[in-house]
Amino acid sequence: MEVTSINNGIIIDHVPAGQSLKVLEYLRIDPTDTRLALIMNTTSDRFGSKDIIKIETRHPVNVDVLGFVAGQATIDVVRGGRIVDKITPTLPEHIVNVITCGNPRCVTTSEPGLDQMFHLARRDPPEFRCDYCDEKAKI
Amino acid sequence: MPVVHPSPSGSPLSDLIGSSVVTLDDVSTGQILELLHQAQYIDAHRSTVAHICDGRVLATLFYEPSTRTRLSFETAMLRLGGQVIGFAGAQLSSVSKGESISDTLKTVSNYVDVVAIRHPKEGAALVASRAATVPVINAGDGGHMHPTQTLADLATLESRFGRITDLTIGLCGDLTFGRTVHSLIETLCRFGHVRFVLISPPELRTPRYVLDRIDANPTCSYTEVDDLTAAIGDLDVLYMTRVQKERFFNEDDYLRLRDTYILDEDKLRLSKPHMAVMHPLPRVNEIAAEVDRDPRAAYFEQVKNGMLMRMALESAVVGDALPGYEPLEAKEVRV
Repeated sequence: MEVTSINNGIIIDHVPAGQSLKVLEYLRIDPTDTRLALIMNTTSDRFGSKDIIKIETRHPVNVDVLGFVAGQATIDVVRGGRIVDKITPTLPEHIVNVITCGNPRCVTTSEPGLDQMFHLARRDPPEFRCDYCDEKAKI
Repeated sequence: MPVVHPSPSGSPLSDLIGSSVVTLDDVSTGQILELLHQAQYIDAHRSTVAHICDGRVLATLFYEPSTRTRLSFETAMLRLGGQVIGFAGAQLSSVSKGESISDTLKTVSNYVDVVAIRHPKEGAALVASRAATVPVINAGDGGHMHPTQTLADLATLESRFGRITDLTIGLCGDLTFGRTVHSLIETLCRFGHVRFVLISPPELRTPRYVLDRIDANPTCSYTEVDDLTAAIGDLDVLYMTRVQKERFFNEDDYLRLRDTYILDEDKLRLSKPHMAVMHPLPRVNEIAAEVDRDPRAAYFEQVKNGMLMRMALESAVVGDALPGYEPLEAKEVRV
Protein backbone atom coordinates (compact mmCIF):
# COMPACT_ATOMS: atom_id res chain seq x y z
CA MET A 1 0.00 0.00 0.00
CA GLU A 2 1.38 3.40 -0.98
CA VAL A 3 0.24 6.76 0.25
CA THR A 4 1.44 10.12 -1.04
CA SER A 5 4.45 11.29 0.94
CA ILE A 6 4.42 14.43 3.01
CA ASN A 7 6.81 17.35 2.60
CA ASN A 8 6.85 18.85 6.04
CA GLY A 9 5.33 17.06 8.98
CA ILE A 10 5.51 13.85 10.96
CA ILE A 11 4.91 10.18 10.43
CA ILE A 12 3.73 8.29 13.46
CA ASP A 13 4.52 4.66 12.83
CA HIS A 14 3.81 1.48 14.81
CA VAL A 15 0.57 2.81 16.24
CA PRO A 16 -1.35 -0.13 17.73
CA ALA A 17 -3.72 -1.46 15.09
CA GLY A 18 -7.05 0.31 15.09
CA GLN A 19 -5.96 2.98 17.55
CA SER A 20 -4.99 5.84 15.23
CA LEU A 21 -8.23 7.82 15.64
CA LYS A 22 -7.85 7.61 19.40
CA VAL A 23 -4.22 8.73 19.11
CA LEU A 24 -5.31 11.76 17.08
CA GLU A 25 -7.92 12.58 19.70
CA TYR A 26 -5.35 12.50 22.54
CA LEU A 27 -2.92 14.56 20.46
CA ARG A 28 -5.77 17.06 19.93
CA ILE A 29 -5.41 16.85 16.17
CA ASP A 30 -8.73 17.39 14.44
CA PRO A 31 -8.85 15.16 11.29
CA THR A 32 -11.55 17.41 9.79
CA ASP A 33 -9.22 20.39 9.38
CA THR A 34 -5.79 18.75 9.17
CA ARG A 35 -4.08 17.37 6.06
CA LEU A 36 -3.30 13.81 7.06
CA ALA A 37 -3.38 10.20 5.98
CA LEU A 38 -4.34 7.23 8.09
CA ILE A 39 -3.26 3.73 7.23
CA MET A 40 -5.06 1.31 9.47
CA ASN A 41 -4.50 -2.37 10.14
CA THR A 42 -1.55 -2.68 7.79
CA THR A 43 1.03 -5.42 8.23
CA SER A 44 3.89 -5.05 10.67
CA ASP A 45 6.93 -7.30 10.93
CA ARG A 46 7.26 -6.47 14.60
CA PHE A 47 3.65 -6.43 15.80
CA GLY A 48 1.70 -8.32 13.14
CA SER A 49 -0.47 -5.32 12.34
CA LYS A 50 -0.29 -1.60 12.97
CA ASP A 51 -1.61 1.82 12.02
CA ILE A 52 0.43 4.64 10.47
CA ILE A 53 -0.45 8.33 10.68
CA LYS A 54 1.07 10.88 8.28
CA ILE A 55 0.41 14.50 9.16
CA GLU A 56 1.35 17.56 7.08
CA THR A 57 2.16 20.06 9.82
CA ARG A 58 4.90 22.29 11.12
CA HIS A 59 3.63 22.03 14.68
CA PRO A 60 5.37 19.53 16.98
CA VAL A 61 3.32 16.77 18.56
CA ASN A 62 3.32 16.20 22.28
CA VAL A 63 5.71 13.27 22.63
CA ASP A 64 4.65 12.67 26.25
CA VAL A 65 1.06 12.23 25.16
CA LEU A 66 2.10 9.79 22.45
CA GLY A 67 4.19 7.86 24.98
CA PHE A 68 1.15 7.69 27.22
CA VAL A 69 -1.41 6.59 24.64
CA ALA A 70 0.77 4.58 22.21
CA GLY A 71 4.04 3.71 23.89
CA GLN A 72 5.24 1.46 21.04
CA ALA A 73 4.83 4.16 18.37
CA THR A 74 7.73 6.01 16.72
CA ILE A 75 7.86 9.46 15.15
CA ASP A 76 9.67 10.40 11.94
CA VAL A 77 10.10 14.15 11.48
CA VAL A 78 9.93 15.11 7.79
CA ARG A 79 11.36 18.32 6.37
CA GLY A 80 11.53 19.03 2.63
CA GLY A 81 10.29 15.54 1.89
CA ARG A 82 13.10 13.86 3.85
CA ILE A 83 13.17 12.25 7.26
CA VAL A 84 15.44 14.46 9.36
CA ASP A 85 14.82 13.07 12.82
CA LYS A 86 13.46 9.96 14.52
CA ILE A 87 11.89 10.15 17.95
CA THR A 88 11.01 7.22 20.17
CA PRO A 89 8.54 8.26 22.85
CA THR A 90 9.05 6.98 26.36
CA LEU A 91 6.53 6.57 29.14
CA PRO A 92 6.13 10.03 30.67
CA GLU A 93 6.46 10.36 34.43
CA HIS A 94 3.68 12.95 34.54
CA ILE A 95 0.92 14.08 32.20
CA VAL A 96 -1.14 17.25 32.50
CA ASN A 97 -4.58 17.87 30.97
CA VAL A 98 -4.45 14.83 28.70
CA ILE A 99 -7.19 12.79 30.34
CA THR A 100 -9.68 13.55 33.09
CA CYS A 101 -10.13 11.69 36.35
CA GLY A 102 -13.09 9.30 36.29
CA ASN A 103 -13.50 9.22 40.06
CA PRO A 104 -16.71 11.09 40.94
CA ARG A 105 -15.33 11.70 44.43
CA CYS A 106 -12.15 13.35 43.11
CA VAL A 107 -11.65 17.00 44.03
CA THR A 108 -11.12 17.81 40.33
CA THR A 109 -14.87 17.29 39.81
CA SER A 110 -15.77 20.22 42.05
CA GLU A 111 -12.81 22.57 42.54
CA PRO A 112 -12.54 25.13 39.72
CA GLY A 113 -9.31 25.76 37.83
CA LEU A 114 -7.46 22.55 38.62
CA ASP A 115 -5.24 20.91 36.01
CA GLN A 116 -5.94 17.22 35.43
CA MET A 117 -2.66 15.65 36.48
CA PHE A 118 -1.61 12.00 36.49
CA HIS A 119 1.65 10.35 37.50
CA LEU A 120 3.21 7.09 36.39
CA ALA A 121 2.61 4.73 39.31
CA ARG A 122 3.80 1.51 37.65
CA ARG A 123 5.81 0.81 34.50
CA ASP A 124 4.94 -2.77 33.63
CA PRO A 125 2.15 -2.83 32.78
CA PRO A 126 1.94 0.97 32.59
CA GLU A 127 -0.38 2.44 35.19
CA PHE A 128 -1.12 6.11 35.71
CA ARG A 129 -2.88 7.47 38.79
CA CYS A 130 -4.51 10.80 39.51
CA ASP A 131 -2.24 13.18 41.46
CA TYR A 132 -5.15 14.17 43.68
CA CYS A 133 -7.12 11.02 44.47
CA ASP A 134 -4.81 8.23 43.20
CA GLU A 135 -7.59 6.77 41.06
CA LYS A 136 -6.21 4.58 38.26
CA ALA A 137 -6.44 6.27 34.86
CA LYS A 138 -8.75 4.70 32.33
CA ILE A 139 -7.76 5.15 28.69
CA MET B 1 4.28 37.15 71.03
CA PRO B 2 4.65 33.38 71.20
CA VAL B 3 7.60 31.93 73.00
CA VAL B 4 9.44 30.06 70.25
CA HIS B 5 11.59 27.08 71.04
CA PRO B 6 13.40 26.35 67.79
CA SER B 7 13.75 22.72 66.82
CA PRO B 8 17.25 21.44 67.39
CA SER B 9 19.25 21.52 64.20
CA GLY B 10 19.98 18.04 62.94
CA SER B 11 16.68 16.67 64.21
CA PRO B 12 14.78 14.90 61.43
CA LEU B 13 11.78 17.02 62.40
CA SER B 14 13.52 20.29 61.54
CA ASP B 15 12.71 19.47 57.88
CA LEU B 16 9.00 19.34 58.75
CA ILE B 17 8.85 22.99 59.86
CA GLY B 18 6.49 24.81 57.53
CA SER B 19 5.64 21.60 55.67
CA SER B 20 2.21 20.19 54.96
CA VAL B 21 1.32 16.59 55.67
CA VAL B 22 -1.12 15.40 53.04
CA THR B 23 -0.04 11.75 53.10
CA LEU B 24 2.49 9.88 55.19
CA ASP B 25 4.66 9.77 52.08
CA ASP B 26 5.40 13.41 53.02
CA VAL B 27 7.03 12.15 56.24
CA SER B 28 10.23 10.09 56.23
CA THR B 29 10.56 6.95 58.32
CA GLY B 30 13.08 8.76 60.50
CA GLN B 31 10.57 11.56 61.07
CA ILE B 32 7.82 9.07 61.90
CA LEU B 33 10.04 7.43 64.52
CA GLU B 34 10.88 10.86 65.90
CA LEU B 35 7.19 11.79 66.12
CA LEU B 36 6.45 8.51 67.93
CA HIS B 37 9.22 9.30 70.38
CA GLN B 38 7.96 12.85 70.86
CA ALA B 39 4.43 11.62 71.54
CA GLN B 40 5.73 9.46 74.37
CA TYR B 41 7.67 12.42 75.74
CA ILE B 42 4.59 14.66 75.54
CA ASP B 43 2.52 12.09 77.42
CA ALA B 44 5.10 11.96 80.21
CA HIS B 45 5.66 15.75 80.32
CA ARG B 46 2.20 17.26 79.88
CA SER B 47 2.89 20.36 81.97
CA THR B 48 6.31 20.94 80.38
CA VAL B 49 4.75 21.21 76.92
CA ALA B 50 1.59 23.03 78.00
CA HIS B 51 2.72 26.41 76.65
CA ILE B 52 5.07 25.67 73.77
CA CYS B 53 2.45 26.87 71.26
CA ASP B 54 1.35 29.96 73.21
CA GLY B 55 0.11 32.50 70.67
CA ARG B 56 -0.33 29.92 67.90
CA VAL B 57 -3.69 29.44 66.22
CA LEU B 58 -4.93 26.25 64.56
CA ALA B 59 -7.80 26.35 62.05
CA THR B 60 -9.90 23.21 61.83
CA LEU B 61 -11.70 23.36 58.49
CA PHE B 62 -14.08 20.43 58.61
CA TYR B 63 -16.29 20.32 55.53
CA GLU B 64 -18.03 17.18 56.75
CA PRO B 65 -19.06 15.92 60.18
CA SER B 66 -16.47 14.44 62.50
CA THR B 67 -16.44 14.15 66.24
CA ARG B 68 -13.31 12.32 67.19
CA THR B 69 -10.84 13.70 64.68
CA ARG B 70 -11.82 17.37 65.00
CA LEU B 71 -11.84 17.27 68.79
CA SER B 72 -8.51 15.48 68.74
CA PHE B 73 -6.84 18.11 66.53
CA GLU B 74 -8.33 20.93 68.60
CA THR B 75 -7.47 19.40 71.96
CA ALA B 76 -3.93 18.80 70.76
CA MET B 77 -3.41 22.51 70.04
CA LEU B 78 -5.17 23.60 73.24
CA ARG B 79 -2.96 21.30 75.31
CA LEU B 80 0.10 22.91 73.72
CA GLY B 81 -1.10 26.37 74.74
CA GLY B 82 -2.43 27.45 71.35
CA GLN B 83 -5.92 28.43 70.31
CA VAL B 84 -8.38 27.13 67.75
CA ILE B 85 -10.74 28.57 65.17
CA GLY B 86 -12.70 26.84 62.44
CA PHE B 87 -15.96 25.36 61.30
CA ALA B 88 -17.58 21.96 61.43
CA GLY B 89 -19.78 21.39 58.42
CA ALA B 90 -19.76 22.95 54.95
CA GLN B 91 -23.11 24.64 55.60
CA LEU B 92 -21.37 26.80 58.20
CA SER B 93 -18.67 28.03 55.84
CA SER B 94 -18.36 30.16 52.73
CA VAL B 95 -18.37 26.98 50.68
CA SER B 96 -22.16 27.22 50.93
CA LYS B 97 -21.78 30.45 48.89
CA GLY B 98 -19.64 28.64 46.33
CA GLU B 99 -16.17 29.53 47.58
CA SER B 100 -13.41 27.22 46.36
CA ILE B 101 -11.08 25.31 48.66
CA SER B 102 -8.16 27.32 47.30
CA ASP B 103 -9.75 30.67 48.09
CA THR B 104 -10.74 29.54 51.59
CA LEU B 105 -7.17 28.44 52.29
CA LYS B 106 -5.63 31.61 50.86
CA THR B 107 -7.88 33.55 53.22
CA VAL B 108 -7.43 31.42 56.33
CA SER B 109 -3.65 31.36 55.86
CA ASN B 110 -3.67 35.03 56.86
CA TYR B 111 -5.25 34.21 60.21
CA VAL B 112 -3.56 31.08 61.50
CA ASP B 113 -0.29 29.21 61.92
CA VAL B 114 -1.51 25.75 60.88
CA VAL B 115 -4.61 24.22 59.29
CA ALA B 116 -6.24 20.82 59.75
CA ILE B 117 -8.69 20.07 56.94
CA ARG B 118 -11.29 17.35 56.44
CA HIS B 119 -13.16 17.29 53.17
CA PRO B 120 -15.39 14.71 51.46
CA LYS B 121 -13.56 15.08 48.14
CA GLU B 122 -10.48 12.93 47.55
CA GLY B 123 -7.43 15.09 46.95
CA ALA B 124 -8.90 18.14 48.69
CA ALA B 125 -6.05 18.28 51.19
CA LEU B 126 -3.49 18.44 48.36
CA VAL B 127 -5.39 21.34 46.80
CA ALA B 128 -5.52 23.04 50.21
CA SER B 129 -1.80 22.57 50.84
CA ARG B 130 -0.91 24.09 47.46
CA ALA B 131 -3.08 27.15 48.10
CA ALA B 132 -2.09 27.74 51.73
CA THR B 133 0.95 29.65 52.93
CA VAL B 134 0.93 27.81 56.27
CA PRO B 135 1.25 24.07 56.94
CA VAL B 136 -1.84 22.00 56.17
CA ILE B 137 -2.48 18.67 57.88
CA ASN B 138 -4.86 16.27 56.16
CA ALA B 139 -7.55 15.21 58.63
CA GLY B 140 -9.17 12.93 56.04
CA ASP B 141 -10.03 13.59 52.39
CA GLY B 142 -12.94 11.33 51.55
CA GLY B 143 -11.91 7.71 51.29
CA HIS B 144 -8.39 8.67 50.27
CA MET B 145 -5.89 9.53 53.02
CA HIS B 146 -6.02 10.00 56.78
CA PRO B 147 -2.34 10.16 57.80
CA THR B 148 -2.82 11.06 61.46
CA GLN B 149 -5.00 7.95 61.95
CA THR B 150 -2.04 5.87 60.80
CA LEU B 151 0.26 7.78 63.15
CA ALA B 152 -2.18 6.94 65.97
CA ASP B 153 -2.08 3.28 64.94
CA LEU B 154 1.72 3.24 64.90
CA ALA B 155 1.84 4.95 68.31
CA THR B 156 -0.45 2.24 69.68
CA LEU B 157 1.80 -0.52 68.34
CA GLU B 158 4.78 1.28 69.88
CA SER B 159 3.08 1.69 73.26
CA ARG B 160 1.87 -1.92 73.36
CA PHE B 161 4.94 -3.69 72.00
CA GLY B 162 7.77 -1.17 72.17
CA ARG B 163 8.27 -1.61 68.42
CA ILE B 164 6.46 -1.35 65.10
CA THR B 165 8.30 -4.19 63.38
CA ASP B 166 8.66 -7.94 63.94
CA LEU B 167 4.94 -8.34 64.45
CA THR B 168 2.21 -10.53 63.00
CA ILE B 169 -0.62 -8.16 62.23
CA GLY B 170 -4.09 -9.37 61.29
CA LEU B 171 -6.35 -6.96 59.45
CA CYS B 172 -9.96 -8.05 59.42
CA GLY B 173 -13.15 -7.04 57.67
CA ASP B 174 -13.45 -4.72 54.71
CA LEU B 175 -9.95 -4.72 53.22
CA THR B 176 -11.07 -3.46 49.80
CA PHE B 177 -12.36 -0.04 50.70
CA GLY B 178 -10.79 0.57 54.12
CA ARG B 179 -8.38 3.50 53.76
CA THR B 180 -7.02 3.03 57.27
CA VAL B 181 -5.83 -0.51 56.65
CA HIS B 182 -4.28 0.40 53.30
CA SER B 183 -2.39 3.30 54.82
CA LEU B 184 -1.25 1.20 57.79
CA ILE B 185 0.00 -1.61 55.54
CA GLU B 186 1.83 0.78 53.22
CA THR B 187 3.47 2.62 56.09
CA LEU B 188 4.51 -0.52 57.95
CA CYS B 189 6.04 -1.82 54.71
CA ARG B 190 8.36 1.20 54.72
CA PHE B 191 9.80 -0.07 58.01
CA GLY B 192 9.66 -3.78 57.06
CA HIS B 193 9.69 -7.03 59.03
CA VAL B 194 5.93 -7.40 59.37
CA ARG B 195 3.80 -10.46 58.61
CA PHE B 196 0.31 -9.50 57.52
CA VAL B 197 -2.67 -11.82 57.84
CA LEU B 198 -5.42 -10.38 55.67
CA ILE B 199 -8.77 -11.68 56.92
CA SER B 200 -11.75 -10.87 54.74
CA PRO B 201 -14.50 -12.40 52.62
CA PRO B 202 -13.51 -12.91 48.98
CA GLU B 203 -15.69 -9.93 48.05
CA LEU B 204 -13.61 -7.58 50.20
CA ARG B 205 -10.03 -8.68 49.55
CA THR B 206 -7.05 -6.30 49.70
CA PRO B 207 -6.47 -4.46 46.38
CA ARG B 208 -3.56 -5.56 44.19
CA TYR B 209 -1.70 -2.28 44.50
CA VAL B 210 -1.57 -2.68 48.29
CA LEU B 211 -0.37 -6.28 47.98
CA ASP B 212 2.30 -5.01 45.58
CA ARG B 213 3.62 -2.77 48.35
CA ILE B 214 3.98 -5.82 50.62
CA ASP B 215 5.65 -7.83 47.84
CA ALA B 216 8.07 -4.98 47.20
CA ASN B 217 9.66 -5.43 50.63
CA PRO B 218 11.30 -8.84 50.97
CA THR B 219 11.14 -8.62 54.78
CA CYS B 220 7.33 -8.43 54.69
CA SER B 221 4.86 -11.16 53.81
CA TYR B 222 1.14 -11.77 53.75
CA THR B 223 -1.46 -14.49 53.74
CA GLU B 224 -5.09 -14.03 52.73
CA VAL B 225 -7.68 -15.98 54.71
CA ASP B 226 -11.39 -15.72 55.31
CA ASP B 227 -11.68 -17.35 58.75
CA LEU B 228 -11.00 -15.07 61.71
CA THR B 229 -11.39 -17.89 64.24
CA ALA B 230 -8.70 -20.00 62.56
CA ALA B 231 -6.25 -17.11 62.23
CA ILE B 232 -6.62 -15.26 65.53
CA GLY B 233 -4.27 -17.50 67.54
CA ASP B 234 -1.25 -16.49 65.44
CA LEU B 235 -1.69 -12.75 65.75
CA ASP B 236 0.13 -10.11 67.80
CA VAL B 237 -2.34 -7.50 66.59
CA LEU B 238 -5.91 -7.78 65.34
CA TYR B 239 -6.99 -4.63 63.50
CA MET B 240 -10.75 -4.75 63.05
CA THR B 241 -12.76 -2.81 60.48
CA ARG B 242 -16.46 -2.64 59.78
CA VAL B 243 -18.02 -4.80 57.08
CA GLN B 244 -20.51 -2.43 55.50
CA LYS B 245 -23.79 -3.71 54.14
CA GLU B 246 -23.65 -1.42 51.13
CA ARG B 247 -20.51 -3.18 49.85
CA PHE B 248 -22.46 -6.37 49.06
CA PHE B 249 -24.52 -7.10 45.99
CA ASN B 250 -27.11 -9.07 47.90
CA GLU B 251 -28.27 -9.11 51.48
CA ASP B 252 -27.88 -12.90 51.89
CA ASP B 253 -24.12 -12.63 51.41
CA TYR B 254 -23.96 -9.77 53.86
CA LEU B 255 -25.93 -11.62 56.53
CA ARG B 256 -23.86 -14.76 55.99
CA LEU B 257 -20.60 -12.94 56.49
CA ARG B 258 -21.51 -10.24 58.96
CA ASP B 259 -21.32 -12.31 62.13
CA THR B 260 -18.15 -14.08 60.99
CA TYR B 261 -16.27 -10.85 61.52
CA ILE B 262 -17.68 -9.86 64.88
CA LEU B 263 -15.09 -10.12 67.60
CA ASP B 264 -16.53 -11.39 70.89
CA GLU B 265 -15.22 -13.04 74.04
CA ASP B 266 -15.45 -16.52 72.52
CA LYS B 267 -13.15 -15.62 69.64
CA LEU B 268 -10.88 -13.58 71.90
CA ARG B 269 -10.24 -16.66 74.07
CA LEU B 270 -8.43 -18.19 71.11
CA SER B 271 -5.93 -15.34 70.89
CA LYS B 272 -2.56 -14.74 72.53
CA PRO B 273 -2.76 -13.16 75.99
CA HIS B 274 -0.96 -10.01 74.85
CA MET B 275 -2.58 -9.56 71.46
CA ALA B 276 -3.74 -5.98 70.86
CA VAL B 277 -7.22 -5.41 69.41
CA MET B 278 -7.31 -2.21 67.37
CA HIS B 279 -10.04 -0.39 65.46
CA PRO B 280 -10.08 3.05 63.80
CA LEU B 281 -13.54 3.77 65.31
CA PRO B 282 -16.39 4.41 65.18
CA ARG B 283 -17.42 0.79 65.51
CA VAL B 284 -20.90 -0.45 64.90
CA ASN B 285 -21.17 -4.09 65.93
CA GLU B 286 -17.90 -5.62 64.78
CA ILE B 287 -16.44 -5.61 68.29
CA ALA B 288 -18.84 -6.72 71.02
CA ALA B 289 -19.02 -4.33 73.98
CA GLU B 290 -17.88 -7.15 76.29
CA VAL B 291 -14.43 -6.99 74.64
CA ASP B 292 -13.92 -3.46 76.00
CA ARG B 293 -13.20 -4.92 79.45
CA ASP B 294 -10.45 -7.17 78.13
CA PRO B 295 -6.91 -5.81 78.54
CA ARG B 296 -6.27 -6.72 74.90
CA ALA B 297 -8.70 -3.99 73.82
CA ALA B 298 -6.48 -1.15 72.56
CA TYR B 299 -8.92 0.91 70.50
CA PHE B 300 -9.53 3.63 73.06
CA GLU B 301 -5.77 3.88 73.56
CA GLN B 302 -5.61 4.62 69.83
CA VAL B 303 -7.80 7.66 70.47
CA LYS B 304 -5.42 8.94 73.15
CA ASN B 305 -2.40 8.17 71.00
CA GLY B 306 -4.02 10.04 68.12
CA MET B 307 -4.17 13.19 70.21
CA LEU B 308 -0.55 12.78 71.35
CA MET B 309 0.64 12.25 67.77
CA ARG B 310 -1.31 15.33 66.65
CA MET B 311 0.36 17.31 69.44
CA ALA B 312 3.74 16.13 68.19
CA LEU B 313 2.85 16.87 64.56
CA GLU B 314 1.29 20.29 65.15
CA SER B 315 4.26 21.46 67.21
CA ALA B 316 6.65 20.03 64.62
CA VAL B 317 5.15 21.75 61.57
CA VAL B 318 4.96 25.15 63.29
CA GLY B 319 8.51 24.68 64.58
CA ASP B 320 7.95 24.78 68.34
CA ALA B 321 10.36 22.36 69.97
CA LEU B 322 9.65 20.43 73.16
CA PRO B 323 11.66 21.76 76.13
CA GLY B 324 14.03 19.14 77.51
CA TYR B 325 13.34 16.70 74.71
CA GLU B 326 16.30 14.67 73.47
CA PRO B 327 15.80 13.65 69.83
CA LEU B 328 16.42 10.15 68.61
CA GLU B 329 19.56 9.71 66.59
CA ALA B 330 18.94 11.66 63.39
CA LYS B 331 18.93 8.93 60.83
CA GLU B 332 16.66 7.61 58.15
CA VAL B 333 15.56 4.02 58.53
CA ARG B 334 16.03 2.37 55.18
CA VAL B 335 14.31 -0.79 54.10
